[in-house]
Amino acid sequence: MTTAADHIDPAVRAEALASLLIERGLVDEAVMDNFIKTYEQSVGPMNGAKVVARAWTDPEYRGRLLADGTAAIAELGFKGPQGEHIVVLENTPDTHHVVVCTLCSCYPWPVLGLPPSWYKDPSYRSRIVREPRAVLAEFGLELGEDVAIRVFDSSSEVRYMVLPQRPAGTEGLSEEELAALVTRDAMVGVAEVAAP
Amino acid sequence: MGGRQGFGHVLPLTAAPPFAEPWEGKAFALALLSIRAAGVLAPAFRYALERVPPGDYLASYYHRWLIASQIMLADSGVLSAEQVAARAARMTGADQAEPEAPELHKPQMPSGGPGNLRTVDTPPAFAVGDRVRTADLHARGHTRLPGYVRRRTGTVTAIRPAAIFPDSAALFEGENPQHCYAVEFDSRELWGAGAEPFRLSIDLYEPYLERVT
Repeated sequence: MTTAADHIDPAVRAEALASLLIERGLVDEAVMDNFIKTYEQSVGPMNGAKVVARAWTDPEYRGRLLADGTAAIAELGFKGPQGEHIVVLENTPDTHHVVVCTLCSCYPWPVLGLPPSWYKDPSYRSRIVREPRAVLAEFGLELGEDVAIRVFDSSSEVRYMVLPQRPAGTEGLSEEELAALVTRDAMVGVAEVAAP
Repeated sequence: MGGRQGFGHVLPLTAAPPFAEPWEGKAFALALLSIRAAGVLAPAFRYALERVPPGDYLASYYHRWLIASQIMLADSGVLSAEQVAARAARMTGADQAEPEAPELHKPQMPSGGPGNLRTVDTPPAFAVGDRVRTADLHARGHTRLPGYVRRRTGTVTAIRPAAIFPDSAALFEGENPQHCYAVEFDSRELWGAGAEPFRLSIDLYEPYLERVT
């Protein structure tokens, strides 16, 4: 049993574990480095932003995205671990969706990358399912009393992504320009997309 | 964590790289690779995370992942905590003998679908619109029925893809695939009459649910 009494510095623990697994042939260092590079460079919220911008500009794509998120997201080339079944939740003037994982840190990696600190923190995990309006206000998102809130706790293999509302005044923007406006926080549901 | 009190304000919505330090990236990659090396599925890793000592659990996200990988690898007999401690000591200059590797007892879980999704031959027991009550389960091992929705009544709003049953897979008791449902609860059902008005949706496996008649 590993205990806190080990007092091993995390960086040393990582090296010790890696070296034991590598010398047993259970971990390939190149594969390990490739995983790190992938999630540092090519998988992140810029992927989800492209999905959102496409949904804002192509009503048929939006329909497919809401009907079968996994397939519509794969159309843009995004799939992989923690994206085996993605459900997209559409925010409207009447309904606001927000996503959490109270049990661990489940998150739709192919579209959003790895979760940020605030999402993994006990404060968010414990409170968003109990007082979402107060938590959203703490993040700076004040929702009107007439806006219904739906909180999604990611407790199974399903992963959730929020389709935020398109901000007013963006009619003339290209899909690429729109994607640049979309933030990670809006796709989790703790923020709205701001007009440029 | 759902509903626990005392954790204070949420953290600011800052943009930061996925790994604050190089060892965090290693911890992430090692966890994924350790799941393979241990011959297990994701629930075994989540169960290991739940067994990280609370102080360590709260102290650092990726250190928690490293310790969980170690617990999971020890469960499968791939390597022991003592091996890691000895190797770490040698790496920091101590002249410490390294123990032998333990005896392997990997669960050898087959991987038969995308990730943990599976098919179930029997039809789902519940349909959209059904009223259901969550069971009074107090799992001694691992479960994905959070305490805050236990013994609560809600409505099935969607049938989700069937998947391996985490409660079984985490304990090396087989994949035992189960149907899964999105169940929606009114906030007052969860938190009492004074709760903020909202609806909470959570995905629950069939064994967690009972029909309300």
